[in-house]
Amino acid sequence: MADIRNNFVGIKSPNPFWLASAPPTDKAYNVIRAFQAGWGGVVWKTLGEEGPPVVNVNGPRYGAIWGADRRLLGLNNIELITDRQLQINLQEMKQVKRDWPDRALIASIMVPCEENAWKAILPVVEETGADGIELNFGCPHGMSERGMGAAVGQVPEYIEMVVRWCKQYTRMPVITKLTPNIADIRKPARAAHAGGTDAVSLINTINSITAVNLDTFSPEPSIGGKGSHGGYCGPAVKPIALNMVAEIARDPETRGLPISGIGGITTWRDAAEFMALGAGNVQVCTAAMTYGFKIVQEMIEGLKNWMDEKGHASLDDVIGRATPNVTDWQYLNLNYVAKAHIDQDACIKCGRCHIACEDTSHQAITNMVDGVRHFEVIEAECVGCNLCVNVCPVENCITMEPLAAGVMDQRTGQPVSPVYANWTQHPNNPMAKVAAE
Amino acid sequence: MAEGQFKEGIAGGRLAPAQYAENFSDLHPPLDHHEALVESDRCYFCYDAPCMQACPTSIDIPMFIRQISTGNPVGSAKTIFDQNILGGMCARVCPTETLCEEVCVREVAEGKPVQIGRLQRYATDIAMEQNKQFYERALPTNKKIAVVGAGPSGLAAAHRLARHGHEVTVLEAKPKAGGLNEYGIAAYKSTDDFAQAEVDYVTAIGGIAIENGKALGRDYSLSELTKSYDAVFLGLGLGGINALRAEGEDAAGVENAVEFIADLRQSSDLGKLPVGRRVVVIGGGMTAIDAAVQSKLLGAEEVTICYRRGQEHMNASEFEQDLATANGVIIRHWLQPKQVIAENGKVSAIELEYTALKGDKLSGTGETVRLVADQVFKAIGQAFEPAALNGSGASITMEGGRIVVDAEGRTSLAKVWAGGDCILGGDDLTVSAVAQGRDAAESIHRALTSNGRA
Repeated sequence: MADIRNNFVGIKSPNPFWLASAPPTDKAYNVIRAFQAGWGGVVWKTLGEEGPPVVNVNGPRYGAIWGADRRLLGLNNIELITDRQLQINLQEMKQVKRDWPDRALIASIMVPCEENAWKAILPVVEETGADGIELNFGCPHGMSERGMGAAVGQVPEYIEMVVRWCKQYTRMPVITKLTPNIADIRKPARAAHAGGTDAVSLINTINSITAVNLDTFSPEPSIGGKGSHGGYCGPAVKPIALNMVAEIARDPETRGLPISGIGGITTWRDAAEFMALGAGNVQVCTAAMTYGFKIVQEMIEGLKNWMDEKGHASLDDVIGRATPNVTDWQYLNLNYVAKAHIDQDACIKCGRCHIACEDTSHQAITNMVDGVRHFEVIEAECVGCNLCVNVCPVENCITMEPLAAGVMDQRTGQPVSPVYANWTQHPNNPMAKVAAE
Repeated sequence: MAEGQFKEGIAGGRLAPAQYAENFSDLHPPLDHHEALVESDRCYFCYDAPCMQACPTSIDIPMFIRQISTGNPVGSAKTIFDQNILGGMCARVCPTETLCEEVCVREVAEGKPVQIGRLQRYATDIAMEQNKQFYERALPTNKKIAVVGAGPSGLAAAHRLARHGHEVTVLEAKPKAGGLNEYGIAAYKSTDDFAQAEVDYVTAIGGIAIENGKALGRDYSLSELTKSYDAVFLGLGLGGINALRAEGEDAAGVENAVEFIADLRQSSDLGKLPVGRRVVVIGGGMTAIDAAVQSKLLGAEEVTICYRRGQEHMNASEFEQDLATANGVIIRHWLQPKQVIAENGKVSAIELEYTALKGDKLSGTGETVRLVADQVFKAIGQAFEPAALNGSGASITMEGGRIVVDAEGRTSLAKVWAGGDCILGGDDLTVSAVAQGRDAAESIHRALTSNGRA
């Protein structure tokens, strides 16, 4: 049986599934329930400075988009950091960590960008016995307007500065949580790295408006007819998060920097994908908020089952395995040729592949052959774009079949070359490098 | 002489040979991969799910369905088997329409439940095809346990006991293991010899020896078992058939529905299996439906179920009733058998009396109807035959003709547990028998190992 015990920057947990800093980790009651359900760790909901806590809106905090059968695909929220007294949070954290020593307990922190503010809070957090801290540089609403959260995360110099303070004033491992609301995710990651962070976690939520009410013309969620952008999360954001994790994992400046993967993780498969791209563990929120804490059991069992089937003994056999396969477009092999193939037995003759190709692509799929409704790839036209695969409602009905070296590509009239050749060497490229390795 | 369907009397070969295979093919064909994904996507992963509460074995249904939806059917099967090692058969024979699917929130809201039974079959089929064994036996305890009866409760008990490291001997009167799964289920619900495949799957854990042809009361006594074993689990079936209490019921052609169903399941050539041209089935439960539908599928021209109470009182679920009528069976209510009419010793008709409820009491109205019949099946319930329990030693406490057990399955006799159809309060469901066998095994394990510690 696969061993899924996790060691993330020295923080040990029985599995790689942590609850992200968010409403589910706001107080001991929830966190204890999470641990009872099997979660490996929690990042406690973000603590602010000593003093009167923040206040939340008293209307709806969440908006969502759904599939036709009300499957929740994306969630957004305008909730702020914890609205409970700092001392209460600290007391509860201390007690929970004492009662659950085998689980990871991380404190998420957001205080103003002033050295004294950080210097003040770090020792009291350390005193709880927390395993580490996560710097909330990601929260995109409310707090950012006060110069915290994403407002810091969007300025690499600030990130580096705050990380440096934290490394100076605490012995606890520092995880820097990054906002995706930035053009190049590598910049803040590099800054955190330069400041000495032990790890980064990403992504935080994405600026979003989920919907507009067309009767009232208010954005959703509506607070008395007005709305504000919120932070978008849930299954819909996963592809964006995967890319950002991969960007940091393969960036020469940050390669090897531990990453805690966040963003729409709902099933074991999502978690495995994040780890394959370089995440050392994962954090989950929306799935728990949708289905309850029990969902972690599916993730644990599914991950173990997959690892057993594939012969991966521990998480180290999985983490980063896909990272080397992520490359820049310019290095993709232009001599790799694939053609769509339609399995006629599986085809239900809906015609979607044909019309997608005919109207919007390369006119490479028939709709009629000898007067009979029939969908077939015209190899002389097919550029192998994969659109037909993506619009086909039948799984595995249309597949992309690579052409072996030497086989005639009917579109170009040339045999497929066995040689790897990319854009950097291509004759059409004015910057082509001759005889690249 | 009339041929095929029109042969008078009880005869085989009423249909063209190919027709039999078609008639007795899988009632609910398995879901394919895509269907399973779409269906699993419909599950809401309810909290404290009503389906799970309705399942006698308390399978974590939302979890197993979620595991299907996440591409982990093998893990899904484990979730099922953790609670119900006979989850494969239960997926086929459970009256889900009156259990999990009846209370599915989507049934309540839309009248279209998640197809839990078929999803359960999808997952268990995949795991069983791969012969995926999920359980390892604990270290040997050197305790020997006798299980009487290799039906659902006995197999479930045997598997759980073997898991705990005990040595189990299953004593089965019939030539094959499986109990009603092998002998008592309509053929179209358990195709491709699934019952035997499941017995093999369950016993593959090791430590379970099945001895066939060993009947309690005939080949050994209960007191002999309690002397030579550390514990005994009684998972006996119902051997007795209730009589019609109609005049002339010993005429040839008046048969037990249970035996007909068993013969059908054991038949290697359905074309040779004789069935009447005009069949009357007396009863209102699943056995009546199974016998009636299968008579029709064997080529009987007219099949009529006669039940002494109304439609709403029938034990057979609405789904089963619909299945019967869709197959051309006529269901008549408020009729009780009065007299079997025979010619030359063979049944030729049955006279039934109309009934009515007077207050709570059912009684005949005096008015009668006569149905032409060359075969009459009795399906008015089975009885436990306690004679098998007799032997030297103390007798076991019975009530209403069944064995009395406590919440853990303990009988009045030391070292003796019981479960399945033979116990008082049993509801004649495979899935309940499995739960009782499993729970009795846990009780036995606790008793033999000082509260579970070996």
